[in-house]
Amino acid sequence: MKTFVYIDHFKSDVQPASWEALGVAKSFGTAVALVFGSDADEISKAAFEFGADEVIVVDDSALTDYRAEPYASTLSALAAASTPDLILFPTTARTREFAAMSAVDLNTGVLTDVSKFEQDGDKLVATRPIYEGKVLEKTVCSGKPVMATIPARAFPKPERVAGKSGTATKAAAKTEALTTVVGYAATESAVNIGDAAVIVSGGRGVSNNPALGLDEKATAQKGFEMIGELAKLLGGAVGASRAAVDGGYITYAHQVGQTGKVVAPDLYIACGISGAIQHLVGMRNSKLIVAINKDPEAPVFSQARYGVVGDLFAIVPALTEAMKKKMGK
Amino acid sequence: MKIIACIKQVPDSEAKVKAEDGKVTWGDAPLVINPFDEYAVEGALQQREALGGTVTALCVGPESAKEALKHALAMGADEAVLVSDPALTDLDTVGAARVLAAAIQKIGGADMVMFGRQTLDNGAGLTAAQTARVLGLPMLGFVGQIKVEGDSVTVDRVTEEGRQTVSAKMPAVLSLVQSIGEPRYPSFMGIRKASKATIPVWSLADVGATASAPVVTRVELMNPPVSEAKVEMITGETPAEIADKLADKILAEKVL
Repeated sequence: MKTFVYIDHFKSDVQPASWEALGVAKSFGTAVALVFGSDADEISKAAFEFGADEVIVVDDSALTDYRAEPYASTLSALAAASTPDLILFPTTARTREFAAMSAVDLNTGVLTDVSKFEQDGDKLVATRPIYEGKVLEKTVCSGKPVMATIPARAFPKPERVAGKSGTATKAAAKTEALTTVVGYAATESAVNIGDAAVIVSGGRGVSNNPALGLDEKATAQKGFEMIGELAKLLGGAVGASRAAVDGGYITYAHQVGQTGKVVAPDLYIACGISGAIQHLVGMRNSKLIVAINKDPEAPVFSQARYGVVGDLFAIVPALTEAMKKKMGK
Repeated sequence: MKIIACIKQVPDSEAKVKAEDGKVTWGDAPLVINPFDEYAVEGALQQREALGGTVTALCVGPESAKEALKHALAMGADEAVLVSDPALTDLDTVGAARVLAAAIQKIGGADMVMFGRQTLDNGAGLTAAQTARVLGLPMLGFVGQIKVEGDSVTVDRVTEEGRQTVSAKMPAVLSLVQSIGEPRYPSFMGIRKASKATIPVWSLADVGATASAPVVTRVELMNPPVSEAKVEMITGETPAEIADKLADKILAEKVL
């Protein structure tokens, strides 16, 4: 079986799930990595080291900034020319979009957020979440190639073998574009919680501390500051529940849940999150879940390995101190 | 300005959805407008307020989906159209995109076609881009801000890495996200208007489309595995004592 793996990157920063997709492709047979954009040398070198059998580089100024149409057309042309059985992508805003368009060109379908693949004869059966992850479905795609996106950390990352190399093939871009990129601004919301090994999350509870004598948002800001300190100490990222995002305490980029980001870190610490089903399905695949909540009946405890019934404003800073000492920092 | 807002009807987000006898069930939970599509309606109404024109809400679904369209009308949409046909039971996203594209053409096209970023049921988030591709229109995805000047639209796309500003000539297809602004509540007058509205129902033949066999098909439904981990509550006299015990537990798991 021949699989194309689209290596998703933003300004040369590769989405780690691209390498995980490469590992999946290798387990099926031949893995061909696709690298779009200018300055692709470093990325194609890394692709070989992560196990790519071949690398196809499309280095064209039309692809320097992501734009849906030229990316989709270029992918469609490559797929038509070398007929892969499968095209894999890490799930990102970009890949969903241009994979969707390319599937129209190629008369096939896209299976999104696949957490498991099974081979059944010549069919590939993919497991993916529906209804916010409350239900799982097994699906097949009768078109060829099958296209699928995988969420971060759902599959093991292949070993990187330094020095493993090969010669990348160059291919031409389809440059016709219908949009113009005017500018780009990195905002403080430029976080990618999908890749984080540790996530410390805050919920509605971060705004609940009358002792501070502050209003709701200012209290929440204090709460997220403490959460941020613990996250930083553990080398992790800050997450949030939908309630915290809807409350305006933190930006949407931090939202964990099927409607935000589905995450599966090694350690997930939920602070002041009651645990709505939408949140739980977004984090339940984390390796270790710790929940801190004032309410002993909070549903979040049903998913946690360790729980603390208490005030996050007291427990979180104490935990930061304790971890600091024990980790020798 | 002619704007079409594409919406879908889904079980309420609070519904206890599960797999039962090979079917998805949600008990007596209500069917509602897909929450993400409320941003599409809100964005469409904002543009109509700024530029004048009309907003048409468009839905592909069963007869019951008229209720979701009525919600869009109650929010302020001028018209609503439902595409419903017995042949449309097994639509995949590409199939839905082809039907939507045909319906958009029958409406007479639009300057902007707006979608939510994904649906709550299938959740694939593919249909907007596929509709744009079928129509051959520019796709502006994950839009948090819209500015129209002459015949071009400039948007801020809210992505994982930050904000990308992109422009395109209209007509264009947009998918809208939360930053566009909280969807307005239907007004009393809006609800009255919506309850009286007659919503045309178009068949596949009416829009000039045929039902194609789906490329993506479901072979099995499952409920997610139930967590077997029993929670261990950490207690102590003081926060420091609790934190100390908890830190030991976390470190003993060797996940860091």
